[in-house]
Formats: sequence, C-alpha cells, structure tokens
Amino acid sequence: MAEYQNLFTQVQVEGPTSMGIELENARDNDERTLGPVHLHLLGRLGNAQLGPIYLGFFGLASVIFFTIGFTSIGWNYLVQVNYSPIQFVRQMFWLSVDPPAPSWGLHIPPLNQGGWWLFAGFFITVSILLWWVRMYRRARALGMGTHVCWAFAGAIWLYLVLGFFRPVLLGRWSEAVPFGIFSHLDWTTAFSLRYGNLFYNPFHMLSIAFLYGSVLLFAMHAATILAVSRFGGEREIEQIVDRGTASERAALFWRWTMGFNATMESIHRWAWWFAVLTCVTGGIGILLTGTVVDNWYLWSVKHGVAPSYPELWGPVIDPAAVQSAPAVAPAAH
Amino acid sequence: MAMLSFERKYRVRGGTLLGGDLFDFWVGPFYVGIFGVTTIFFAFLGTALLLYAASLGPTWNIWQINIAPPDLKYGLGLAPLREGGFWQVITVCAVGAFVSWALREVEICRKLGMGYHVPFAYSFAILAYVTLEIVRPVLLGAWGHGFPYGILSHLDWVSNVGYQFLHFHYNPAHMIAVSLFFTTTFALALHGALILSSTNPARGEIVKTPEHEDTFFRDIIGYSIGTLGIHRLGLFLALGAVFFSAVCIVISGPFWTQGWPAWWGWWLRLPIWS
Repeated sequence: MAEYQNLFTQVQVEGPTSMGIELENARDNDERTLGPVHLHLLGRLGNAQLGPIYLGFFGLASVIFFTIGFTSIGWNYLVQVNYSPIQFVRQMFWLSVDPPAPSWGLHIPPLNQGGWWLFAGFFITVSILLWWVRMYRRARALGMGTHVCWAFAGAIWLYLVLGFFRPVLLGRWSEAVPFGIFSHLDWTTAFSLRYGNLFYNPFHMLSIAFLYGSVLLFAMHAATILAVSRFGGEREIEQIVDRGTASERAALFWRWTMGFNATMESIHRWAWWFAVLTCVTGGIGILLTGTVVDNWYLWSVKHGVAPSYPELWGPVIDPAAVQSAPAVAPAAH
Repeated sequence: MAMLSFERKYRVRGGTLLGGDLFDFWVGPFYVGIFGVTTIFFAFLGTALLLYAASLGPTWNIWQINIAPPDLKYGLGLAPLREGGFWQVITVCAVGAFVSWALREVEICRKLGMGYHVPFAYSFAILAYVTLEIVRPVLLGAWGHGFPYGILSHLDWVSNVGYQFLHFHYNPAHMIAVSLFFTTTFALALHGALILSSTNPARGEIVKTPEHEDTFFRDIIGYSIGTLGIHRLGLFLALGAVFFSAVCIVISGPFWTQGWPAWWGWWLRLPIWS
C-alpha cells in the first residue's frame, strides 16, 4: 500500500505563464487582467497559476450588481446591530434581511419593511443573469460548447423558483427565502413543516437522490481517474478521442466490479445530468409546494406512498381544513 | 458479449489478496475472486432475509415495507427474529457484503495496476453506514437507535431523529456536510460540462484541448485547477461530505443531547465580545 497514490503534486515544475488561447478579437485579449502569479500551495493540488481573469462588459456589470446587492444585505445587518462592528461579527449567523410581510402581497413596500429584501434580491438576480451571459459568451469566444452555462441555468431555475416564480404564483413576496445564515435554515424547516414534511414530496426525493448520486459519481469518477493517472488518465479529452490504456483500465475496473461501465466521455454526461437534475427536480418540487399540493404527507397517504400512521394521541386535524381563507404564512402574527 | 474488444489482454491471473487462484476467474463481465463469493453470500442472504421479513409484514407496497430495528428495551442484546432480529442479521449481512465488495475492488485494482483510490473512497461510504447502524447505536446503548430498512420508514427516521434535536440544520457538522454535498455537486456539474464542451464544441469547430479548458476557467473566474487537480478536488470534496455526514449524526446523542440551536450559545457567550 505504501506506494505513491498521486494525491498531491510532490515535485513542481515551474513552467511559463499562460495568458490563454488567443482570442479572435485583438481587443479582447487586452481584457485579460490581474496577475498571473504562481502560488506553490495551489500547485500542490492543481495548477499553480492564479490569473489572469477576463474583465469584459458583462462580467464587470455582474460584479457591480452583485456588490450592490451583497453589501446592501451587509449594511442592513450593520443597522440591525446599531452599527456595532463587534455585534456585527457576534450576531452574523443570526442576522437576516427578510422579505415583506404577507399583507404586502406582490407590492413594493418601504425599504425598512421588506423593501431591502426586494432591493438586494433584484441586484443579485440581475448579477446572476449577467454572469450567465458572460459564461455563454466566453464559451463561444473559445469555440467551445455551452454546457457549463446550461448547467448553471439549472441552478438559476432553482434560485428563481425559490425567490421569484413561487412567490409570484402565490401572490406574496413573503413566501420567499430570507437572506441570512440561520434565517434561511429556519425558512427551510418551517417550509417543510408547513407543507406536511418535504420528505414526502416525490420531487424532493428525486432531488436528494440526484444530490447523493452526484457526490457518489464524483467520488467514483475522481477516484478512478486518480487511480489511472499513472497511465495519463487525467488527460481525458485525449483519452476520449484516442482511447489509451488508462481508459481501458478505468472501464474494465467498473465492468469487472459491477458488470457495467461508462466510457471516458459518457461518464461526463452522467455527471452533467445528475448534477443538473438535482436542481431541476428540486425546483419542480418547490414550485408544486403550496401551489398544487398543500400537504405532502396527506398527498402521499392518498396516493398509497405513505402509510396512514396509527393515531396514538387522538385524531389530528389538518390545519388547512379548519381555515376558511387560504392558508397564510406563519409570519403573519 | 461479455468481453470488450480490448479486454482479453487485461484478463490475467494474479493480484488476489486471498485464495490464490481458487476463485481467480470471471463470470460474464464480473470478476469473482474469494471476495466475490463472500459478497454473493452476504448479499443473497441479506436480500432473502429482507424479502422474508417483508413477507411477514403487513404490506408489499414497495414504499411502505419496513424492517425495523429492535425495540429499545433489548438494548445491545439479540432480539427475537420478528422483533428486530431480522434487522440485526440483515445489518451483519450488509456490513459483510460492503466490506467484501471493497476488498474485491482492491483485487481488481491490483489486477489492472491501478491505485487504490476507489476502494479507499468506498470505505468512507461503509464508514458512514457503520456509524449510523453500529457505532451510534452502541454509543447510545441500544440497537433500536439504528435506522429501519424501508423507503418511507428511513425517511421518517431521519425526520424524527432530526426533530429530536429540535432543528438539525443548526448542527455544525451537518452544516459542513450539506455545504460539501452542494459544493461537490456544483464542482461535478462544472467538470462534466467542461469536458463535454471541449469534446462537443461549437458547430464546425474542432475538438478543443486542455489549454482551452484552462483558458475558459481563467477567463471566467481567474483560476483553472487543471485536469489532474479537479479530480483531486472532487475526491476530497466528496469524501469530506461523507465524513462530516458521519460526524454530524454520531455527535447527535452521544455528544450533544439538547436541541442543536442551543449549541450555539457558546459563541454568543465568548468573553471577547464585552
């Protein structure tokens, strides 16, 4: 066992700095800025070179929008602790910028009554969409496929469902997730409890299965590639277009282990779909909650998924059944 | 069909840990080995017991079948088969099958001249399972603290154990584990997409190179970890997610018995604030 397993680079060769593939538009090449520097510690794990980064209109616009949105949350925190830097750090995890109360519906409230939440959310959302455009354009500028930005679109879908589509369908911003460490965790638990335990939501089941599946796939794939790195297995593109012994051994390992193997290219398709479907199915599950299904436990009992558990402590009344008006979020009181 | 076009020259004798040449052969695409035999033994016995225990239960509804661990009153003792004994034997079979599978992977690694990364990574999954079903129940003094075998019933177990600690999201190790799960999936999406975007380039373009991959990520975020580095990072992230998952459950009960939100009191009470 005491042999080299290639977990870290032990001898680093300092090569010349790479400024990247030349872009067609000469002016674009000047947009590559900052650094590059070579950091030994980075080189232990991967490439030592840090930088350059492409500036560009959409990237710069995205950074500006994000900075405004992000710092507006930070300034709200600071106001909440009366401008005390010590309390700012002490209470960091407890601080939160909350969406407007349910009574505001989809109207725009004053800044200190949820308006800041809309403000921050708007700027961060614009920043994310600009970043998507940037990724699309960078891929095209290099003549590459656009798989990265479409995967990113899957994450944007989940984000927009949580903060925009679902609140709009229900007619109130108050449904959305607050900006805060503990507060977004509280939101998640309250959301699950309010709608009859999200574990009974089949799309939540799928999303978790894809999330765990993604981690499993990455562990399997990364371990396989490292295990055949002595044969040059990490040169995946080369192995895809001109199969070498690294690919053959990697494939045979899984074939002999479980009777089935991916190829050097198809494993990345498995990877892409598992990761993307985590967000896509998760977004569907959230979007259906409260709009189509009010209680996932009762839904599961109705459809024969969950057993109807014995009533150990007397009959349980579904809260939604005793309220005449549509259920209002707990934040109302 | 059982063999790929290039497979024959890799099917060589040797590399076994145990049993010498005795089980050194293939069945269809599967390598056997002594640990293949033990895997089959434990997997078959465990599955048969699952089916038999299910047949004694009230339902064949795939979602609702439930083979539960013993009642807490049995402590760490053996329970009658129909009162958790099945769960105990099935757990032994599961651990036997998982460990056999890992050792069989080691033998296959040796045959193919590969590193031991895959069985090493898989051992983290075994560790998480053993932590849930053996270590934590032993620390708490009863097999009844293990999770039941059933699709819905194990979800109920997660839900119930979570709410025993009021709000499990406040468990710091759970926070780290979830963050690592998300980060691993994020990194997997980026890696898968990057390879596919290089080998499936824009219409009319030739297949791209690792130089394009590095350039794309440097253009986007100012750093490209590289072809070797991404697999190291991915492995560390994934194993970290599993490791902290095991930590977050084993500290719940044996180490901390109150609600997890209350755990954070130490931070608010640090002397540095006043």
